[in-house]
Amino acid sequence: MSVTVRVPTQLRSLTDGVSEVSVEGSTVGEVLTALGKSYPGFAERLFDDGGNLRRFVNVFLADEDVRFLEGVDTPVSAGQVVSIVPAVAGGAS
Amino acid sequence: MSYVECLVCKECGQTYEAKALHVCEFCFGPLEVRYNYDAIAANISRESIANGPLSIWRYRDLLPVEGDQYVSLGAGFTPLVRAERLGNALGLSDLWIKNDTLNPTGSFKDRVVSVALSRARELGLKVAACASTGNLANSVAAHAAWANMESYVFVPANLERAKITTTAVYGGNLVAIDGNYDDVNRLCAEIASEEPDWAFVNVNVRTYYGEGSKTLAFEVAEQLGWQAPDHVVVPVASGSQLTKIHKGFGELYRVGLLDKEPKVRISGAQAAGCSPVATAFASGVDVIRPVKPDTIAKSLAIGNPADGYYALDIVRRTGGSFGSVTDEEVLDGIRLLAQTEGIFAETAGGVTIATLARLAREGVIGKDEKTVAYVTGNGLKTVEAMSGAGPTITIDPSLDSFFHFLNAQRSAK
Repeated sequence: MSVTVRVPTQLRSLTDGVSEVSVEGSTVGEVLTALGKSYPGFAERLFDDGGNLRRFVNVFLADEDVRFLEGVDTPVSAGQVVSIVPAVAGGAS
Repeated sequence: MSYVECLVCKECGQTYEAKALHVCEFCFGPLEVRYNYDAIAANISRESIANGPLSIWRYRDLLPVEGDQYVSLGAGFTPLVRAERLGNALGLSDLWIKNDTLNPTGSFKDRVVSVALSRARELGLKVAACASTGNLANSVAAHAAWANMESYVFVPANLERAKITTTAVYGGNLVAIDGNYDDVNRLCAEIASEEPDWAFVNVNVRTYYGEGSKTLAFEVAEQLGWQAPDHVVVPVASGSQLTKIHKGFGELYRVGLLDKEPKVRISGAQAAGCSPVATAFASGVDVIRPVKPDTIAKSLAIGNPADGYYALDIVRRTGGSFGSVTDEEVLDGIRLLAQTEGIFAETAGGVTIATLARLAREGVIGKDEKTVAYVTGNGLKTVEAMSGAGPTITIDPSLDSFFHFLNAQRSAK
C-alpha cells in the first residue's frame, strides 16, 4: 500500500528537493527499504553497517516515535505518514 | 573576530562551514564547534577576562560569534555561593551552589539564547523560534523583544501557568501544542525544514546555542580562583548542558587558563518520571530507550534526549554517577535548598539537590570533595509545585492573638 514519507532538509538532495514522496510498503521497515530503492542513497544514510537505524535518526509514524510502537516492524496502513526527523540535541527547558 | 574553524560531526568527523547547520548531512550526528585553540591561547589571559563585561561575554574568545554586537540582556556571572548550611545537612564540607536562578529571565537559558541569537543575527536569520518546556520560551521571547526580532515560541499546552505568563508578556507569537515536549520538538524540527530563514535556537542554530552552557564551567572555575572543582552535579534533560560543562573545563586547561588538568567528576540528575539516561547508566547499557515523561520537573521532561549518549559517556568516563529521584524528593530538595541557603529553585533545581543529597548519602560524593551543584532555574516559575506551602497561622489583627501564637511557638521549642 502507498504511504507518504516526509523527508527532512538534510536528505532532500536525494529527492531532488522534494519534501514528501510516496512509496509502497506494509511495515515501516519496508517503507524505508522501498524509499532506498526509489531514491538511491537513503539506505546508507538511515541505517548503519549492521542494518540498524542510526542512533540519531528518528522515525515517526502518524507523529508517534516508532520506538514506542514496534520499531521497523510496525505495520503501516494506506495513507499514513512516515516522518524522518534528525534527533534534536538541544535543551528543552 | 572569531576563533571558530568549522563545525564537525561528533559521530563521523565530517566538517562543515560555520553556518546554520545542526546535524551532519551524512549520518545525522550532531555538529560541534571546532576552535583554533592555539590562537585563543596566544590571546586570552585571566587579566583579559577580568577586564571584560560581567556577563557570559567576558569569555567571548571561547564563544562562536564573529562580532561584538551581542544580543544580550546581561546573562551570566551569577553568584557561586559557599553552601555551608546545606553542606552541614548533607555531610559535605566543601559544597558550593552555582545560583543560576539569577539570570535576566530566571534560568540558565539566557546564556544559550544570548549566544544563539547573537550568532543567528550574524548569519542573517530574522525570526527567533524555539521548542520549549518554559524556561527557553521565556528567554527567547525576552531576547527577541530586546533585539527587535519577530519570534515564534512553541510550548506544550499543559505547561505551568507562570511559564505561559512569563513568555506571553514579552509579545511575540506563543503557540501552545496539544502534546508533550517531544511532540513539540518533533514538530519544530519539521517546521525548521520548511522555514530555513528562522533561527530555531535549539534546532538549526543549536550548535551555537549549546556553546553558551560552557560559561557555566568557565564562571565556576574563575569564581573558585581559577581552579576546577572535584565534582559537579548537573540536571539532565537533553544532556547538552552536562556535555558542555565538561567541554568548558577542558577548554580552560587547553588555552592555559587552568594550571592543572581538570579531573572533574560529573554526575547527572534526573527525575524518576523521566530518567532515560539515568536508567541506561544504572543498567550498564549503551542504548537509551526513550520514555513518555511523567514528572513535576517539566523543564527536564525530555523523553528522547539526543545528547543522552554523550552525557552517559562523560559521566562514566569521569567517574560520576546518576541520580533518579521521585517527585516527593524533588519537593524536599526545593524546601531543603530554600531553608538552608535562601535560594528558591524551580523543580529542576529540586531534582539537582535531591540527587546531590542521594549521592552524598550513598558516599558517591566524598565528604571533602569540592562539589558544585548547578541550580539553573527560579522557583517563582513553578510555584504550583509548592502549592502546599502557606501561612504558619492566620490570626485576628490583635496583640492577644499574636502573643497567644508566639507563646505556643516558644514553648514548642
